[in-house]
Amino acid sequence: MKFSRLIFANLFRKKARLILTIGSFAIALFLFTLLAVVRGAFSRGTELAGADRLVVINRVGLINTMPLAYGDKIRQIKGVKYVTHNNWFGGVYQDEKNFFPQFVIDPENQRQVMTEMRVPDDQWKKFLGDRQGAIAGRNLANRFHWKVGDRIPLQNALYGSTKTWEFNLDGIYTNDKEGGDESQFWLQWDYFYENAPDALNRGQAGWWVLKLDSPDDAVRVGKAIDEGFANSSYETKTETESAFQAGFAKQLGNIQLLITTIGSVVFFTLLLVTGNTMAISIRERTGELAVLKAIGFSDRFVLFFVLAESLVIALFGGLIGLGLAFLAIPVVAVKLNGLLPPLLLSAAALGTGVVLAVAVGLASGFLPGISAMRMRVVDALRRV
Amino acid sequence: MIRVDGRSDSQSLIRVRGLNKTYSRGGEKIQVLQGLNLDVDKGDFVAFMGPSGSGKTTLLNLLGGLDVPSAGSITVDGDEITHMAAGKLTQWRARHVGFIFQMYNLIPVLTAFQNVELPLLLTKLSKSERRKHVETALGVVGLTDRMNHYPRQLSGGQEQRVTIARAIVSDPTFLLCDEPTGDLDRKSADEIMLLIDELVGKYNKTILMVTHDPVIAARAHTTLHLDKGVLVEGKTSRESVLAGGAA
Repeated sequence: MKFSRLIFANLFRKKARLILTIGSFAIALFLFTLLAVVRGAFSRGTELAGADRLVVINRVGLINTMPLAYGDKIRQIKGVKYVTHNNWFGGVYQDEKNFFPQFVIDPENQRQVMTEMRVPDDQWKKFLGDRQGAIAGRNLANRFHWKVGDRIPLQNALYGSTKTWEFNLDGIYTNDKEGGDESQFWLQWDYFYENAPDALNRGQAGWWVLKLDSPDDAVRVGKAIDEGFANSSYETKTETESAFQAGFAKQLGNIQLLITTIGSVVFFTLLLVTGNTMAISIRERTGELAVLKAIGFSDRFVLFFVLAESLVIALFGGLIGLGLAFLAIPVVAVKLNGLLPPLLLSAAALGTGVVLAVAVGLASGFLPGISAMRMRVVDALRRV
Repeated sequence: MIRVDGRSDSQSLIRVRGLNKTYSRGGEKIQVLQGLNLDVDKGDFVAFMGPSGSGKTTLLNLLGGLDVPSAGSITVDGDEITHMAAGKLTQWRARHVGFIFQMYNLIPVLTAFQNVELPLLLTKLSKSERRKHVETALGVVGLTDRMNHYPRQLSGGQEQRVTIARAIVSDPTFLLCDEPTGDLDRKSADEIMLLIDELVGKYNKTILMVTHDPVIAARAHTTLHLDKGVLVEGKTSRESVLAGGAA
């Protein structure tokens, strides 16, 4: 384009200012992308939840347990295909900062319900025959450089006095769904039951997960379960897996609101900084813009020049920020492994980043551009 | 032939009739131009003189379509410009007017070549055609060897030559010069005036120039004085200088 030389020549007029402005965009976009990825990680559980799965918890709260016998009653409800029960284990591997979720599972039914979590048949078979056996997600195994056959000690103080539980890593599961959880550690119900004699409510299930014949049965089955256990000592709350995941994420606070607020503040500040920079830049060039108008460049052309400059800054800065995020997020994900759900940089997050950069670029150039457009040539030349 | 009595019957290149310009300053109305008439033919070179605030630059701005009069009309080559819409007036300026400013007003981040090329960016000329035109214009002002220099690498006189090249590159109908030598030493000013003389004599350009300097004004065919908002025709400029004073 024949005007590009003029646009770029003006951009490089003050290199330090250009670098700082582009830097502001880069940092803002980097931060935005990181926040978007974290937000995505929190909501991914909801997105990836099986549409044909229900979760049953104690109505009082997730940490309250329920009788194991509930499983048989639930299984008899029409529309329920498989039922499995889980408990929270809460052990510590070497150091408390090495957190990862550990679930006591029902080995007979886990694979039928959690179908997307794949364990090779030979490894699963070995796990079933080993009371001290354990299965770890691929990310978790990579994080601690575990391999099948390793002995994993976990310290636990939740069930009786503090003691070390020893596990044999019999298998590693992968998740069929992109971005699906691969950070869990599964241990056998029998081993847990036998070694937690002092636990309160020993032999009770933490929660149930059911697989339905059809997602269309969800409302009816959920209602049937909750009504079936109404007025008992252990009333239940049944919800879809996505609702359960959303509720679980909310226990950490309104992450979405927090992230949206931080993101909005970042972009509003960026808008002010860039708008001010563009305004100063245009004020410094009043005479030159007046000459351009005098020799025949229209008001719209002048507006176009200003917007093009701010757009180029926004795009350069934005792309640098997105590039940094692209490089940094895998590193951050490894560092945060287990503390947060998997961090994935999606095409949607990148696209939103580019759109936001363009929007802020245009918005920041708009007022200075309008001011330059409305500037009277004779007034501007008189000031030179 | 330059006339200021408004009685010219000929089809002048520039024809001004009853031009008024009033400014408001602090609630007070200041009438700068009052019923001004002017006829300028193609190839004329006219200098406007007058004390500061007499309205010389205002007149130049009105003739160049940079400002609008309070009353009266300006017709250039048959186009009445006083009632043109802003967008059309901008297009008209690009086609018909070349501006030469006292402070040169070059874009500092563009080379001499790129500065001169600016008006041509608004045309449909191809890149090679634009290059040809720019090289010709820079050749006329004798700066072919400086075309890749930035304004900061040029002397004041050379910068003004680039401004002149930018003004003539699109072959406008007339040139407006606002104190073209006002920021130059005498030697550089003489060189610029020689160039302007050449534009009139060799290339038959029509030039309207504002100046405070009677020696510079003497180079014009005619010097007109702005007095109480109207133009007063004097002796020809050369006669005035020969007579030993400002016209």
